[in-house]
Amino acid sequence: MIINIARKELKTVFASPMGWIILSLLMFGFGWMYLDGVNNYFQIMSGSIRPAERVGVTIFVGQTVYGAANFLMTVATPLLTMRLISEERRNQTLPFLFSAPITLTEIVLGKFLGLIIFLGILVAYIFIMLSTLNIWADIDFGYLLGNSFGLMLLVASFSALGIYFSSLTNQPIIAAILSFIALFAMGVLSTYFASDPNHWFHFISLNKHYQSFTRGVIDSSDVIYFILFIATFLTLTVRRLDSDRLSG
Amino acid sequence: MATHTLEAMDLSRLFGTNHAVKNVTFHLNKGEVLGFLGPNGAGKSTTMRMLTGNLAPTEGSIRVCGIDIVERPKAAKSNIGYLPEMRPLYKELTVDEFLTIAARFHNVNSRNISKAVEAAKDKCGLGHMSKRLIENLSNGYQQRVGIAQAIIHEPEIVILDEPTVGLDPIQIREIRKLIKDIGKKHSVILSTHILPEVEMVCDRVQIIDKGALVFHGSIDDLKQQRKGNKLLVGLSKPPAIKEILLIEGVSLVENVEHGIFRIHIKSEYIPAEEIVAISIKKGWGLFHIAPDITSLEDIFVQLTQVQPK
Repeated sequence: MIINIARKELKTVFASPMGWIILSLLMFGFGWMYLDGVNNYFQIMSGSIRPAERVGVTIFVGQTVYGAANFLMTVATPLLTMRLISEERRNQTLPFLFSAPITLTEIVLGKFLGLIIFLGILVAYIFIMLSTLNIWADIDFGYLLGNSFGLMLLVASFSALGIYFSSLTNQPIIAAILSFIALFAMGVLSTYFASDPNHWFHFISLNKHYQSFTRGVIDSSDVIYFILFIATFLTLTVRRLDSDRLSG
Repeated sequence: MATHTLEAMDLSRLFGTNHAVKNVTFHLNKGEVLGFLGPNGAGKSTTMRMLTGNLAPTEGSIRVCGIDIVERPKAAKSNIGYLPEMRPLYKELTVDEFLTIAARFHNVNSRNISKAVEAAKDKCGLGHMSKRLIENLSNGYQQRVGIAQAIIHEPEIVILDEPTVGLDPIQIREIRKLIKDIGKKHSVILSTHILPEVEMVCDRVQIIDKGALVFHGSIDDLKQQRKGNKLLVGLSKPPAIKEILLIEGVSLVENVEHGIFRIHIKSEYIPAEEIVAISIKKGWGLFHIAPDITSLEDIFVQLTQVQPK
């Protein structure tokens, strides 16, 4: 049943221009960063840097693309999550889901999964794009895989948070603004506290936990952090929908 | 009890301190169309939302085909098809796409989905609209799509909340016919505030007001209430009211408009013949005599303005 909900979400996202536009804009953005990274690599690495400080092409271009991905997704994910529940609320289509033999958890997980599959297209796209470097160079696939996995977890967390904000309101735009502010604030705060690596905020900061992935390291504690983050917001969303049923 | 497909027992729903629905008990028999009447804000939609698991009842229980909806919501809901007042349509999809999704959500076996979609479209007269976007359909056709999604999984119970609101008279007739057809195979609960609709479509009716049931019975019971002991008589050369009062059995005479009188009869027997005979004898110029049927509206007003027993 979760799969059925996910299929429905994908169908609706591709039935409107919104999905296609966001997908194509993001792909354009990543493609641009990729080209930019490759160009800069040759300029920067061609002499002015001492050989000991030189980095490989995978890491150089990877950092450019994945660094941009973090920021671009902070902007794009709220635009994708905003309509998930609030639009159904506004169009009064939620009773269609509620009166079908589906549990609230299945509804929320299905919607989440649908979005993850959509975002997965982007993550896979970035991976394939960067893999093309292998035609000219011998690249570090471990680094790419680690980054892809981390980016997937990161956007999944963004999505979970976005779905929760979407469940709070019946105005998609408000949901988008709220989740963008929340994600942006997290980003700003982690830069603000960056000077003190032991500050408590880093324990709850998405960016901090994402950092190990950007080096291509998959740290189980970070993975667990992301899973907990996702579970928390999805649970809150289920609770929020349940309170609709209880309080009307 | 096997014939009861749906039972609601002592159903109550509080919104804050306000009782939207209060101690409502009723049942639905297999293969009947139950009309659920009430003025706006009487609690019709609230009751329906509770019956379909969209709203948790504050008190009371609902059993769908013997399954408690609070304890086993999934099993109970699979026996219900629901069309809320605001039809829940994904307007960016085509009719086929939407109905396919509806069939999947209601656990229609994947091999039978296209068959179920065809059957539902057939019943609702949507055959030639398959590839159209729901957004581009007229109001009446959108309503048909709404009904189609409610019957796609062949549920035992179909619950329709004000299905004819906002449609034009021809569409209303078609939708009513459709509901009657559905009523042959499924049990239907139909809410409305349009009274003639109930008479045309329903087998049984219950009237709800201010959250409480004020009447329930068969449609004949309701009609019985309509035929009071009153006659409407038209006289072109009317006598003084006193003279009419002299006729045996007449208790009250009202002058409705010039030449039209409403004659209340106190006895069981309606002395229509006597009235005709006297008016001919005395040359009152009788041109109209008919039982004065209380309009459903009047009964409705009577029932909903009297405090429930």
